[in-house]
Amino acid sequence: MRGITKAFPGVRALDDVDFTLHAGEVHALLGENGAGKSTLIKILTGALERDSGEIRLDGTSVDFQSTGEAQSHGVSTVYQEVNLIPAMSVTKNLALGPSEGWPGVISWRKARARARAKLARLNLDIDIEQPVGSYSVAVQQLVAIAHALDNETSVLVLDEPTASLDAQETATLFDIVRDLKQRGMAVVFITHFLDQVYEISDRISVLRNGGLVGSAMASDVSRKDLISMMIGRELGEVEAAYSGKASPQTGKEKLVAKGVGRRRTLKPFDLTLRAGEVVGLAGLLGSGRTELTKLVFGAIRADSGSLKVNGKEAGSHSPRRSLAAGIAFCPEDRKAEGLVGELSIRENIMLSIQSKQGWLRRLPRGQQEQIAAEMIKALAIATPDAEKPVRQLSGGNQQKVVLARALASRPDILLLDEPTRGIDVGAHAEIITLIRKLCSEGLALLVASSELDEVVAASDRVAVLRDREKIGEIVGGEIRRDNIIRVIAGDDDRQH
Amino acid sequence: MNRKYLPLAATIVVFIALFLVGGAMYKNFLSTLVLGNILADNAFIIIAAIGATFVILSGGIDLSIGSMIGFVGVCMAVLDRMGWHPLAAAALMICFGIAYGAMQGFVIDFCDIQPFIVTLAGLFLLRGACFMVTLDSVPIRHDFVDLYASARIPLPGRGVLRSSAIVMLASLALAIFIAHFTRFGTNVYAIGGDKESARLMGVNIRRTTVGVYATGGFFSALAGVVYALYTSSGYPLAGSTLELSAIAAVVLGGTLLTGGVGMVAGTLFGGMILGLISTLIIFHGSLNSAWIMISSGVLLFAFIVLHRFLVSSFNLRGTS
Repeated sequence: MRGITKAFPGVRALDDVDFTLHAGEVHALLGENGAGKSTLIKILTGALERDSGEIRLDGTSVDFQSTGEAQSHGVSTVYQEVNLIPAMSVTKNLALGPSEGWPGVISWRKARARARAKLARLNLDIDIEQPVGSYSVAVQQLVAIAHALDNETSVLVLDEPTASLDAQETATLFDIVRDLKQRGMAVVFITHFLDQVYEISDRISVLRNGGLVGSAMASDVSRKDLISMMIGRELGEVEAAYSGKASPQTGKEKLVAKGVGRRRTLKPFDLTLRAGEVVGLAGLLGSGRTELTKLVFGAIRADSGSLKVNGKEAGSHSPRRSLAAGIAFCPEDRKAEGLVGELSIRENIMLSIQSKQGWLRRLPRGQQEQIAAEMIKALAIATPDAEKPVRQLSGGNQQKVVLARALASRPDILLLDEPTRGIDVGAHAEIITLIRKLCSEGLALLVASSELDEVVAASDRVAVLRDREKIGEIVGGEIRRDNIIRVIAGDDDRQH
Repeated sequence: MNRKYLPLAATIVVFIALFLVGGAMYKNFLSTLVLGNILADNAFIIIAAIGATFVILSGGIDLSIGSMIGFVGVCMAVLDRMGWHPLAAAALMICFGIAYGAMQGFVIDFCDIQPFIVTLAGLFLLRGACFMVTLDSVPIRHDFVDLYASARIPLPGRGVLRSSAIVMLASLALAIFIAHFTRFGTNVYAIGGDKESARLMGVNIRRTTVGVYATGGFFSALAGVVYALYTSSGYPLAGSTLELSAIAAVVLGGTLLTGGVGMVAGTLFGGMILGLISTLIIFHGSLNSAWIMISSGVLLFAFIVLHRFLVSSFNLRGTS
């Protein structure tokens, strides 16, 4: 793949990415959420159309219009979410796909024989008449691989295949992958488990923010280099914005979490947020950053520990109560959870105020317009007027609207999850400057980010997470990239 | 027993129970005569419901069924007046039904519009077209209609299988074959189960969607033909709100409105249950016909709740 570029409205998902895959090789593709891994794969397999660039398969230029077409050219994929029809039997699932004839009568006797043969290649012995949904995720994963493989498959893409597998199941999967490699198949392996990357891959490529950071043989890069390729980046502009780091604050304790956690989501943690302080959350993808913010906000219900907001015990915690207690939250996925694209900037900003006020007492239009105008001015949202639908704004400005909405309810505590996701460098610096400014006005902030430099630049204190557990805190002058990477990678290195 | 047959089994149990209730209340109810009449009287609803089963299995909905039945009826009658043989007129109208359904399917997939709105527009269009063709009830007077009305296969006992019932059972056999023994049928279940997954697994969504609504159009046009021959007339208001009865029959037959789960065979029993209810109330004699709709509504409601329970406790959608 050469020079692949893809833009979505408001976001540049892939920018001039090259990717080369050799036969008989396992190629790991790494990157944080939103780095462009899935987009790259979807373009390779015909699920998305590229804006520019070229894909060559065995030397010939190809242009797949659908996954079916890619599959008949030998490019098969097992996507992140297991893509099977749960209510249908294993046989039927394996019979789905690009058809040789249409409407085409199916002989279930032959289909069953084919299904058994496909599963036998993966050493899987299950009752193929049962619905797929009745099996464990691990078995479903193998069935999905069986579906992807046929005799012509030359390229197999596995998107996060081990995310829901235990160690034993992962080992089985890797045996199968090695076997396929022996037969000359090229395998793309997407994951965020670094151990597994070293265990199985021959070559590693890292994507970040839609660009290719580097590509090397697995034996040539160390774990530390990999982590810094994935999350570290030099951002002169941003760092310049705050050379003066505030000393550890002794402001009033706004929020105190003690032993808050939830089984299978996040191990219990302690965390204190003070007025006028920015606490950063650092950690790799899947380490529990988002989960922590959602637990604090009450969007995920904790099953242990206690939370004090402004000195008062917060009993059963829910987003509505959090808002009432002065906690505001800007979620990671602003399209899905944060904004209503069809509504105007003003209407989006009003959403949280209105819910705080109760839906019966509608704010007068004049007051709404005044608040919206203030926010647009304060956050420098680039828009002709407050009535423009949010969908039409750029990514950076959309994020500012999310911020504006959170701020309009005049919170004491603001939780930001990935505030700069998919935003260009200029807007990035602006948002971080804003964060610092808010904090100096006495707000307590919690910022989760996959961009290590952003955490370094913005925070007075950094909580480091690994494998769904808070493993440390770094304060004041100690907050440096290499220190955080050392904490994240630390224990792993000792094991080796 | 495979748990996917549970809703079907529930439907059959209710059908048999209702039939036995009728037998306990009225002498002569438990006979092939009553059964044969229910089959013939409800043949057109069941045929239309068979088509709707495909649409609902795919996760869609078709509201244009009733109008299609009315439109096919008036066209058959007018073509008869112009001297066409009813079979030739039927063939033409069935081709029209397939094309009309395919067009709806194409619009739904190509423009990515909810099937509800597209087929609602289809409903208005066809009902309007009925009145363009004729404003009055037009009789169909052809020897073939008499032949159609008199042809019958005797059943054990005093009952008979009339032509309409024969056409309906043949449609059912065809539908079962399409649903369970063709690639198309499998694809319908797949896009109803999870459209995005189906697309990623290489199922051609557009071809399947167009096919689904074309199949729906075929069966509703066929239902229109059966209705016209059965009543030997065409009437522009015929079949109004019949799409809702068809949807009710599909749901009573154990198909989930969310798509992906259900069986065509269930729809036969769903339609028969609706027919049985009205027969029971007509047998009673003194009850107002309003009770037909009230008891259908109560039963439908009870069934939806039962299905909800079956789906969640036996995990029929297979989500883990």
